[in-house]
Amino acid sequence: MSTSPKTLFAKVWDAHVVKSIPDGPDVLLIDRHFIHEVTSPVAFLGLETRGLTVLFPEKTFATADHNTPTINQHLPVADPLSANQLKALETNTAKYGISHWGLGNPKNGIVHVVGPENGITLPGMTIVCGDSHTSTHGAFGAIAFGIGTSEVEMVLSSQCIMQPRPKTMRISVNGKLNKGVLPKDVVLYIISQLTAAGATGYFVEFAGEVFEQMSMEGRMTVCNMSIEMGARGGMIAPDATTFNYIKGREKAPKGEAWDKAYAYWQTLHTDAGASFDKEYVFDAADIEPMITFGTNPGMGIGISKKIPVSNETGSGKSSYEKSLNYMGFHEAEPMLGKPVDYVFIGSCTNGRIEDFRAFASIVKGRKKADNVTAWIVPGSHIVEQQIKEEGILDILTEAGFSLRQPGCSACLAMNDDKIPAGKYAVSTSNRNFEGRQGPGARTMLASPLVAAAAAVTGVVTDPRELI
Amino acid sequence: MAYDNFTILRSSAVPMPIENVDTDQIIPARFLKATERKGFGDNLFRDWRYNSDNTPKADFVLNNPIYTGKILVAGKNFGSGSSREHAAWAIYDYGFRCVVSSFFADIFKNNSLNIGILPVQISAEFLDKIFKAIEADPKTEIEVNLPEQSITILATGEKESFDINGYKKHNLMNGFDDIDYLQAMKEEIKAFAANSPY
Repeated sequence: MSTSPKTLFAKVWDAHVVKSIPDGPDVLLIDRHFIHEVTSPVAFLGLETRGLTVLFPEKTFATADHNTPTINQHLPVADPLSANQLKALETNTAKYGISHWGLGNPKNGIVHVVGPENGITLPGMTIVCGDSHTSTHGAFGAIAFGIGTSEVEMVLSSQCIMQPRPKTMRISVNGKLNKGVLPKDVVLYIISQLTAAGATGYFVEFAGEVFEQMSMEGRMTVCNMSIEMGARGGMIAPDATTFNYIKGREKAPKGEAWDKAYAYWQTLHTDAGASFDKEYVFDAADIEPMITFGTNPGMGIGISKKIPVSNETGSGKSSYEKSLNYMGFHEAEPMLGKPVDYVFIGSCTNGRIEDFRAFASIVKGRKKADNVTAWIVPGSHIVEQQIKEEGILDILTEAGFSLRQPGCSACLAMNDDKIPAGKYAVSTSNRNFEGRQGPGARTMLASPLVAAAAAVTGVVTDPRELI
Repeated sequence: MAYDNFTILRSSAVPMPIENVDTDQIIPARFLKATERKGFGDNLFRDWRYNSDNTPKADFVLNNPIYTGKILVAGKNFGSGSSREHAAWAIYDYGFRCVVSSFFADIFKNNSLNIGILPVQISAEFLDKIFKAIEADPKTEIEVNLPEQSITILATGEKESFDINGYKKHNLMNGFDDIDYLQAMKEEIKAFAANSPY
């Protein structure tokens, strides 16, 4: 047995390799498979066409989230195409005996929120879902990444996936975060430094004091956006914060099973002396509240800064200009004071209880700006319940906001929650691509604090002035 | 056979010298509501290709009849963002069999290979040469030779090789896919899974 030091990534990956194909990918066993209504129907159709069945239905969990309304969920879904997708998920899961938390189920919510909050996501697992933000689950020390529909079909039929082994990268952030700086700012800062493709081909481990001090909700926000720097996934070594979060959750191991799991989880960390293909080290002191000004998540700056003047040439220059042109912004302009029409808080990035606590901390005692339409969308019914129980709903209502029902909502605008063309949105979601939040919509990504500051002032505002 | 096999493709190409083309541009989320894989090509690059009243945007490359062919040539970091395989389906359904760029996003690359589209990653310099060759003659032919792992601008003979792992190359050349492979090793998988703690 080899005693050479290993990375956390290597420990988890190696434990799941059923077979390594020479000059080809590894066949990887998948412990947890999440599915939703949008990327699974064609996979189920594929099973039928090939005459295959689901190998381990108990390892797959379904929830409806991408294409669900966030108001009047008790009524039939109005859009016939959306209703058809939801029905297909219900039929397919029933046929193969797969757990399904559909619309109206008290456990329903965004797949990357409900997995962890119900103890389905555990350290050391391999986790996949037909959704790129599956990287969220890496916060627990799992290898978690998004897959395409052909791969969903592979996992359903064989519980395995074929993947080339990615390279490894460690991103350390040391020191202590400044006032008003949230996990979202940390990850937007990292992406702005690495660019939207800076970690393509890599699996990232986030390390250092900042992540050690971070809550599970915060770690999930960071790992969620690993894909936005191109990484296949991001992970954080599990520790006492992780174990305390998991303990007692519905599907978490109990009793003897817990003791056994806990002993194994203690081994899940990068050994001293293990090497990475690439390393970055950042200082927490350099990070301020962030906001994006362009059309990919790498185009972010500190909120007090001016839009950079491009030093690119050729197609890089024209892509940069295209991006600013779409946003209606110019080089060297400040972001502070830019008008805001919409504010969206929610999504698998920032739809957890801590995010609403942060939002409420600024909104409390203030009023929603008249020019702003705000969509406040919890990540799950459990989060919705917490918002009510903690009195956050009262604070929101008092300030002129209302709460919607759980779902992916305006993050990808598949349902009716679309930002109108030309309008500006400060959004706590993960992507500011052209048209992502609706055709012609202009998105500025930010933390829940920046979103709250925009919601009460009606313009891009430094939240530190309101804390 | 899951898709038509791929060996040597000779075709004119459609140039898209834009960087960071994400999958939301390739196929916007509102067109992901189907439960079957058909018709996605109609909405390929929907919001770049059509105005909000569904009339074609004259300045978009797919609406310019000068540019045709089975090869799409794009700027670096093509296919970033969402894991939606619908993006690859839309490209395939529109009629492309090969996408050439200096850099691809991981998930898009996997999805493409899984459905029979060949992603060809070349140097930034060679990509620039292809863009210039198409600019000089929109009908210029490119040859993508999978057995040889090479891409050639036929008019000038300029050539570069590209990487692909042996397993995927064999699959593409024969029209096999991973599901066939995994089905064949099901007993091995079951035995492995029996020892899994999860």
